[in-house]
Amino acid sequence: MTADLLPLWVLLSSLVASVAIFGLSERRVATRTAINLVAAVVKLALVAVMLWGVYQGARYEVRVAFVPGADLLLRSDPLSLLFISLSAVLWLATTIYAVGYLEGAPDRSRFFGFFSLCVASTMGIALAGNLLTFFLFYELLTLSTYPLVVHRGTAASLAAGDRYLAYTLLGGGLLLVGVAWLHATAGGLEFTVGGALPPPGDAAPSYVACFALLVAGLGVKAALVPLHGWLPVAMVAPAPVSALLHAVAVVKAGAFGIARVIYDVYGVRLADTLGLLRPLAAVAATTIVYGSLRALTQDDLKRRLASSTVSQLSYIVLGVATFGQIATVGGLVHLVHQGLMKIVMFFCAGNLADELELHRVSELDGVGRRMPLTMAAFTVAALGMIGLPPVAGFVTKWYLGAGALDAGAPWVVGVLLTSSLLNAAYFLPIVYRAWFGVRREAWPPPAGRLEVRPTLLGPTVVVAALALAAGVFAATELSPLRWVELIAAQEYGP
Amino acid sequence: MSAWQLYALSGLAWFGVGMWGLFAHAHWVRKILAVNVAGSGLFLVLAALARRATTPAPDPVPHALVLTGIVVGISATALALSVARRLAEVEATARLDEDATHEPAAPPAGADARAGGDAAPPPAGGGAPP
Amino acid sequence: MTEPAWVAGVVVIPLVGALIAVLAGRRAAPIAVVTAVGAAVAAAALVRQIARDGVVEHAVGGWAAPLGIALRADGLSALFVAAVAVVGTAAIVYALAHPGTPHRFHAAWLLGWAGLAALAVSADAFNLYVALELLTLAGATLVALASEAAALRAALRYILLALAGSLAYLFGVVLLYAAHATLELSALGAAVTPGPVTAVAIAAMVAGLALKSALFPLHGWLPPAYAGAPAASAVVLAGLLGKASFLVLVRLWFEVVPPSLRPDAGLLLGVLGAAGALWGAVLALRQTRLRRLLAYSSVGQLGYLFLVFPLGTGPALAGAVYLVLAHAAAKAALFMAAGSIERACGSDELGALRGLAPRMPLTFLTIGLAGLTLMGLPPSGGFVAKWLLLGASLETGQWWWAIVLVVGGFLAAAYVFRVLRLAFLPAAGAAAIARAPRGAELPALALALVSLGLGLAAAPPLALLGAGP
Repeated sequence: MTADLLPLWVLLSSLVASVAIFGLSERRVATRTAINLVAAVVKLALVAVMLWGVYQGARYEVRVAFVPGADLLLRSDPLSLLFISLSAVLWLATTIYAVGYLEGAPDRSRFFGFFSLCVASTMGIALAGNLLTFFLFYELLTLSTYPLVVHRGTAASLAAGDRYLAYTLLGGGLLLVGVAWLHATAGGLEFTVGGALPPPGDAAPSYVACFALLVAGLGVKAALVPLHGWLPVAMVAPAPVSALLHAVAVVKAGAFGIARVIYDVYGVRLADTLGLLRPLAAVAATTIVYGSLRALTQDDLKRRLASSTVSQLSYIVLGVATFGQIATVGGLVHLVHQGLMKIVMFFCAGNLADELELHRVSELDGVGRRMPLTMAAFTVAALGMIGLPPVAGFVTKWYLGAGALDAGAPWVVGVLLTSSLLNAAYFLPIVYRAWFGVRREAWPPPAGRLEVRPTLLGPTVVVAALALAAGVFAATELSPLRWVELIAAQEYGP
Repeated sequence: MSAWQLYALSGLAWFGVGMWGLFAHAHWVRKILAVNVAGSGLFLVLAALARRATTPAPDPVPHALVLTGIVVGISATALALSVARRLAEVEATARLDEDATHEPAAPPAGADARAGGDAAPPPAGGGAPP
Repeated sequence: MTEPAWVAGVVVIPLVGALIAVLAGRRAAPIAVVTAVGAAVAAAALVRQIARDGVVEHAVGGWAAPLGIALRADGLSALFVAAVAVVGTAAIVYALAHPGTPHRFHAAWLLGWAGLAALAVSADAFNLYVALELLTLAGATLVALASEAAALRAALRYILLALAGSLAYLFGVVLLYAAHATLELSALGAAVTPGPVTAVAIAAMVAGLALKSALFPLHGWLPPAYAGAPAASAVVLAGLLGKASFLVLVRLWFEVVPPSLRPDAGLLLGVLGAAGALWGAVLALRQTRLRRLLAYSSVGQLGYLFLVFPLGTGPALAGAVYLVLAHAAAKAALFMAAGSIERACGSDELGALRGLAPRMPLTFLTIGLAGLTLMGLPPSGGFVAKWLLLGASLETGQWWWAIVLVVGGFLAAAYVFRVLRLAFLPAAGAAAIARAPRGAELPALALALVSLGLGLAAAPPLALLGAGP
């Protein structure tokens, strides 16, 4: 195995697992679980090797000739490693969680097959070295997620699937036109630190139109208002799907793509010169406030989390669309922080549904005494989302605010404050009910010694600890924050 | 007008009549005949072109083409006639009812589920062979 | 000559096989298998030869044109012959396993194989006519193998319209020969000058070929023929025979039609193609039976091909040819799957597909993978084709074709997912479902994987296409 092929191995580790699982009969539970876990651990190891190499300055590249003017290109750079490390860690956690959550459920071979395919697509998105390769995996992600959304086969999940497809295929179409047009205007478009586009000259209007198409296409998955309509509906999917895909893989693919387009295709300076960043920042700000307002009124716990996701994702977009190194750091680091915190919340929602059949916020009175570890993890994540130190979310908001002031956009601070207040308004009631709410009848007792099966509790607690650690140890050498500072320094260049 | 031009023009006219007949007639056998008329017209044009040159020997290429074309035409006609006959056996009438294809209708007796929407039986009376 | 004349072999082997298969009657199947292997080997050798040496020319029996038969194979020929070999062999495997395939299928299909190969390697206008007529005979026979009145009617209409199209084409050939005394395409291309004779000749040829290619609004004959033919026949009809006339049109257009005539006529063909692409997809969306849905989808996909005429050579031609290849594999796979489903459920009504996926997972996998090409989504050969056509339309500033491509893709996604979502529904009832034989499911899956592979390994076929004009 040569080191150059590392990106390919990272991709194949879940692709091969996917094909192997599709081939398994439904009854081979142990084999399937083994394949899942071995693949996730192998991937994590490969990513660790790659992370170390990239940290040392190595770049890995796999290139296959494809169509005239564009190759299939997988490449590892610091930005792709940021996304990949997050996905690899959370894939392992979610796999353990999903094995426990779906115990005894039907069609698990299909579920885990597509699940692994989704992860493979996410890896491809992160490692894509040019827009065409990115698009390839972006559409593959759409297609491999659909079966997970409709997994239960109910009327509601099929309707959600239809809506999901309508939004994401529309987004894919816009993205495709944008990519093809930019290709026709400017050629190859391999991601380059500082920007790949030649100076616009006469083509400036084309550049602007392509940017609008690209961002609209990516904005569907990143759930920018008004393209967010699929996300709350897609919450009918099983909890692990909501957790990994709708807190991490799918939605992050959109946000990550926007970051790629701004930094490595257009280049942040050109994007700023063309006046592209300010409207995008305005859309992101609108989405932040709108998502929070929607979350206030949702009683269904997963839907409240989904609306919150809509809002939180736009922190990333807002950060990358604010011209300035500090704001960039705030946006990109939220890619990791939001993923860690939100997946904990979805795990918690899954635990509540699985153990006590609780789906609504109004049912949560006193649940903290029955499931203390779950709700403790939830509380940590919620405080982080609100932006309280020392959880990871605080670091994000600090950098976003400081970056906005640095970039001369003080209105962003206003948005952040409003959003934080709203975050508190919809998360604190949950926390309050859980710990201080009063319940009259007794909770059903747990089956084992723990409050919920260990396969569900373990990932919840561990990832919550990671979210806390990312905040507490933000200043250390290998924290997400340091990594992102490295990326931002490169993008803004000397 | 020289002889070859006369032959060529009448061949063209023949071709036109045949093509018109193909689309104007509803009866399968007439349609098949019409295609043959059109084909023969074209072959006549080709044969006429062979005598166009002033050289004493006629151009052999058009002859080769005509021979090939006639063979192909006969095969196609034979195939079409045999299919028309089988169709006549199946539904006891050999008229193509253009309108029937657009109506969702009950399949004729004996047809299995595959027959579907095209299987509307043509109206009786209008389709008797000449 | 050190190397056998593979360019003749790809035509002669299936032709001889077809004759023997006719004589063998009910024992045609083993002959079909042997012939398929031989013809596929010849095709592979021809591809290799063209990849190595470029264009291959050969005079059959040493007789030079015009009286002899001159063969000429370039990159386009190689790709088409390869597609015929791959899809054709899979179709024979499928026919052997699919219960109820008429034994005459083998002879008819081998004749069609010979016609397709002849068409691919012909370099003169009259040879092309003979190849087209061979395909008319084979195609009509393939449809007429069914025993229902509807299918027979479809077969008769098929044969008559195909004959009319061929005659219109021949009419044009005759006019051109009268004016220029040559039949060779490249010589004709050098000789033609814009004028009334040329215009009438070209118009007749293009109209005839458009009719045979089911270009909107001349597509009415296609759906009943594809939906009524026996399962194995539909596979080769939709996969291969349907594209033959388009290929002739491409040769004619880029080698004979004077450049000054191209813009206006090309725009007309493009508009009709675009209308067909959208209209076919809309009608596919409204069908309640799987095979009719697929047939209308073919009308739509054939429509995209005609965008090559306003867009010209280069990436657009590569895109159209690539769509021919990808669609050949994908649509053949889909018609195989539809045949298996129809056999298993006794009907191809979409409602009957509910809950069928757990019983026939391979068939549904096939539909999913091949469906990618119809939707033009990556990774699939259909996506590569769409990318090339999209790039060509944006590079030449004709952005309106890009809209057609993208909107058509949405419509295709709508009808493909109309089928695929049924896989996730619980079973409708305890309907007796006969399992499809593996031998019928596997060739379908193999072709679906080919259409997928074309979307990943695009460089070699595209390079081969560059081997000749």
